[in-house]
Formats: sequence, structure tokens, C-alpha cells
Amino acid sequence: MSEILLQGKGVETFYGKIQALKGIDFEVRKGEIATVIGANGAGKSTLMMTICGTPRARAGTIVLDGKDITQMPTHEIVHLGIAQSPEGRRIFPRMSVFENLQMGATVDKLRHFDEDLAKVFALFPRLEERRNQRAGTLSGGEQQMLAIGRALMARPRLLLLDEPSLGLAPIIVKQIFAAIKKLNQEEGLTVLLVEQNAFHALRLAHRAYVMVNGKIAMSGTGAELLKSPEVRAAYLEGGH
Amino acid sequence: MSVAPKNNSSSDDSKALTTSALTKDLISTAIITLLVLIPIVAMKTVIGQGIISIVYRFGMAFALTGIVVGTRLFLHLFVWHKAPSAGSKSTLTSGLKSVSFSETITKYIAPGLLIFALLFPVFTFFHPIWDKRVMDLAVYILIYIMLGWGLNVVVGLAGLLDLGYVAFYAVGAYAYALLSTVYFPQWFGTGILPWAFYITLPVAGLLAATWGVVLGFPVLRLRGDYLAIVTLAFGEMIRLVLVNWFSFTNGPQGISVPKITFFGLPFKDAPGSFSDFFGIQFNRIHFYIFLYYVILTLALITYFVTKRLRRLPIGRAWEALREDEIACRSLGINTTTTKLTAFAIGAMFGGFAGSFFAARQGFVSPESFVYIESALILAIVVLGGLGSQIGIVFSAIAIMGSFELFREMDFMKVVLPSGTEPIQFRMLAVGLAMVLMMRFRPRGFVTKREPTVFLKEKKSVSGDLVAEGHG
Repeated sequence: MSEILLQGKGVETFYGKIQALKGIDFEVRKGEIATVIGANGAGKSTLMMTICGTPRARAGTIVLDGKDITQMPTHEIVHLGIAQSPEGRRIFPRMSVFENLQMGATVDKLRHFDEDLAKVFALFPRLEERRNQRAGTLSGGEQQMLAIGRALMARPRLLLLDEPSLGLAPIIVKQIFAAIKKLNQEEGLTVLLVEQNAFHALRLAHRAYVMVNGKIAMSGTGAELLKSPEVRAAYLEGGH
Repeated sequence: MSVAPKNNSSSDDSKALTTSALTKDLISTAIITLLVLIPIVAMKTVIGQGIISIVYRFGMAFALTGIVVGTRLFLHLFVWHKAPSAGSKSTLTSGLKSVSFSETITKYIAPGLLIFALLFPVFTFFHPIWDKRVMDLAVYILIYIMLGWGLNVVVGLAGLLDLGYVAFYAVGAYAYALLSTVYFPQWFGTGILPWAFYITLPVAGLLAATWGVVLGFPVLRLRGDYLAIVTLAFGEMIRLVLVNWFSFTNGPQGISVPKITFFGLPFKDAPGSFSDFFGIQFNRIHFYIFLYYVILTLALITYFVTKRLRRLPIGRAWEALREDEIACRSLGINTTTTKLTAFAIGAMFGGFAGSFFAARQGFVSPESFVYIESALILAIVVLGGLGSQIGIVFSAIAIMGSFELFREMDFMKVVLPSGTEPIQFRMLAVGLAMVLMMRFRPRGFVTKREPTVFLKEKKSVSGDLVAEGHG
């Protein structure tokens, strides 16, 4: 088994007095896709944000490749190689697609800009077609591609994806997940994926966690959880 | 004196606006208005000593015609022929096509304005009646253009609503006043006085920038309304300190300061002065023309520095910050330094302008730095279109120029209540203009944002294509 890239131990996060994460233990190993699934309000996005340092964990430790990042400011964490495609995409609507991608390369200081741009355009040809268009005028799927592309421009060691399938048509969801798989297999990129769309996420994941009420309720490989009767009952059948 | 839209222009508003059609329409408007006005305005009957005599008021008739034509031109350009009409908004291509017309205009507008600004004092030689009052107004407008460009960095680019910008203007002005009257003579002797402005200018900018950071620190976590309130309070605090710290600032009585010199040569009718040195007849206009070029230089520095910064990582970070702070942080941008640099650089330009203001005026007092000034500068930035530098030029000319026009409009006394001056209604007019703008052109005069970088082809998208307030 490859070495651990990101490890959390007993992570607790609060919003004021409300405890959102109640002692989370998790790990992501190099070159794998890890996924966190769970219902609304289970704390998935909070976990994602806590890894990035807003809000900071009140207890526990998060370690990236041997370095404790628990109390670091967000921008420093990003400089250590964690790039995030945040929930709700959060692209810069009034800037062009190209400028958005350029913003993504801030960490890299534009050193490998052309090379990375070509890679992103190869992964999402739609973005190349729309490169000079205002990002706010893109469709939801294209905006998601842009958000992922922008995160990739930072040349991350670990890519955090927060609900990339949110509000997208099934065919676009398939494209997005295919792109994530391709990134992982061809580039060896480590991915931590937070998803409500449990079926797609688990099929992709080497390692998976199920969150319920701020705690990890179950963990295992994606295939194991996909077969587990509890997961099937709660997240896969009826509804999805 | 309202202008009713003609049926033909309001019914087919999607029709492209051609110059010849516009000229034709404006000329016919002028003729019709004049025909109507000549009997009712240009000729006024006066009853005196048993006979009725006629008083001619052609000047007023022409002025009113001018207003009517101007209003109609404004409506044509900005209301009736708005780029994409409501029906075709949904498709992207139509939006892009309609931009191209205004795009060709904008290509020539900035260089055209620059040439006009550079040659402007030359015109005054041919119009002796214009003389120093016009130059003074031009200087006044340029100060506000510069302040607008400075505030644009904070509000337009970084998206931080600052209602206390006048504080930095005050810091700049008082920095010049205190350094030139108290400290420079103390440190370097009085020989330094003619050069005071040039030495103080960078110091004033630096001091203002420092105060920008001082204000920036406590408000780092605030946005929107909360930030606006704190900056508003900051502006008032600076003013109140200036009023009350009598021993340092001389309180409300203000400070008399040396006026600007031509690199050491004062503008006066005496030996050793500017006119004496160059062997020309003394004329007050030299002073105003020199002031004009100094503020033009300062304003252009502001313009080009901002333009350049926009292309650098820091400028792009400002714009990204305005768009989405969380996304910024997740891309590794240090939002603290980004905000502080925006405050500091915006404040620095305000400080330069303040220092110039003091050197032009020859006098500073806290009264020049009241809240309404901040509001006015903000109005200029908003009216011009947040983030648009050319838009700010137009809105500063419109607002400051209209203030001056109000002073001239004696004929308005006919309709105004007795005992009031037209000038007293200027803020009312600005308010009305703001309401109308927000209704018809909510993004300001210039709504487009030119991308700072582009691949292969340059293309900007009309602001109308993105939802209000979000795009």
C-alpha cells in the first residue's frame, strides 16, 4: 500500500456553539481516490473546508505528508499542494474563462502555465471553445469543468472536489466523473471527493467514508460499501 | 421641459442606431423645439407705461433647446437603443454582436480624450472669455477624476465599499499643509518652501497609504454594509480629529499654505517669479494652466498605474477578491495582503490628490473633507460603472460640470421659489440623476469589463448578459 498523503485524527469543528464534526478520523493515500458520502448536513463540506483551514479545527490534527496543517491559514495550505474545487463551484463570474484559469495558477506563479493550460483544455475541450467568454455565462456543467480546471492549474498533490455533480444533468455528471477517473489513472492525481451522488462516487473510489451527523459511520473500499446493505438502503435505493 | 419619446423611435428600439439617422433626429428636434420656444420663451411681453413692449430672450430659448437636444441624445444613446433589447437577451450571439458597435467607439475614446485633455489649455488662448474660470473648473474636475480612479481601486476592483475615502484626501492635504508650513522650515530652513509641494507629494502619498493600512487592518473580516459603516466612521473620525486637535491642526480655522510653484518659481508679478524668469507678461492664467498640467500628470499616473496593476497578479487578485473571497482563498491567494494593498494604493492616490488640492487652494480646513465629498466620489465611481476607468471620466465631468452649470442657470429662477438659487438644488439633481441611472443603466455608463488577458482574440461580453449583481 502506498504512503499516506493526508491524515486526520479526531478532527472536531464548531460553528459557534454547534459542533459540526465530532471527532473524524480519515486518511487519503497517494494516488488514490477517496470519497466521503453522506446526507445533507452530515458534515461532508465542513470536513472539506476544515482541511483547507476555514473554519479551523478546534481539536484534532490534520497532517499533509508529515506536516501538521491544522492551524495554518488557508492560502498557506493551498501552497503546500492542496487545491480545492469548492461547493457551488465559486468561479469568478465576471472574469473570462482564461482569466479564471490564470487565477488558478497563482500558487504555481504561472511557471508551467502553458503546459497546464493545454492539459486542462485537453481534459475539457468545452473550456477551450469558451476560453474568452465570461465565466458567468457558462452553463452549470461548463462552470463545474472550469472549477476543476482552475484547481488543476495549481498543480496540486491533492485535489479536493466538493459535490462536483451538484445540479448537473446525468450526462454531464458522467463526463465529470470520467474526467476525474482519467486524472487519477493517467496523472496519478490523488483525489478526495465529497459527494451526495453515492453511486457514482463509490464506483470510482478506492477508499470511502460514510458520514452521519458529524461522525464517520462506516468506511472501507468503494466496492465494499457499494455492496453493503446499510449503504444500499440509505444512499443507493429509493431516491437515487 | 420634458421630452416625449416619438412613436417611431420607441416602437422599433431594436433597430441599430446610425449616425446619420441620429443627426437627422436631433436636428428636427432642435427645429421643433425652437419653433415652440420662440413665441413662448424668446419673446416676453412686458406691460409698462400703458404700452406692451416685447423683451427678447433668445439666449434662454437656445439654452432650453440645448437641454432638450442633449436629453434626447442621452435617451437615444443610453435608453432607447440599449445594446441588446429585452427580447434578444437570451441568445449569446446577439449580445456579442451588439457590443461591437460600442466596442469600435471605445477603441478611440481613450486616446481621443487624452489628446483633448493635453490640448485643452491651448483652446483657452482662442477664447479669452473662457480664461481662468474654465481652467479652474477643468482642474477641479480632474481632481475628482483622480479621486474617482483612486477609489476605483478599492471599490471597483477589490469590491470593498469605502464610504470614508475623503479621509485619505484629508491626510494628503494636511500632510502638505503641516510639512510645508511647520516642519520643513524647522528642519531645512525656509529656503525649501518653494519646493515644498514636490518634496511633500511622495510623503503625503506614503502617509495616506499608511493610513489606508491602518484602516484596513480592523476591517479585514468585514464586507459589504458592515465595511461601509466602519469606513464611514473612519472618515468622520479623521475630520473630527482635524477639527478638535487645535494645537496640531489649528482646528476649524484651517492652515494657510504656500501655493504650488513652477519648480521653485512662484506665480506672481515680481522679480524671481515664473513670468520674470521666462521674460513674459505676468498673467494669472499661467498659474491655472500649470495647475492643470500637474493634476493631469497626477491623474494620468493614477490611470496608467491602475491599468498596469490590473494586468499584474495583484490586480487580478483584487478582481478575484471582488468576485468571490472564499474561492480566492482556496486558490492560495492571501486575502489579507490583497485587501491591504488595495486600501493602501487607493489611499495613496487619494493622498496625492489631497496634497495637490492644498497646493492649489493655498488653504486647508476640515470643512473641505466632509462626508458628502466621500459620497460624491463614490457616486462618480458608481455612475461611471464600477471598475471602468473611462466611465469615471464621463461621470466626473457630468457631476462636477453640472454643479458648475447650476451656478450659471439664472433663468431657472423663473421656476424656482423666490429667494432660492439654482445652485442649492444641485444635490437634488444628482440624486435624481442617480435614480434615473439605476433605473435605466444600473451598471453605470460603461458596463463592459475588458479582460486583462486573452487568448488569440479579444472579446468582451456585455454586462447585460449576466444576472444583476452577480455577474
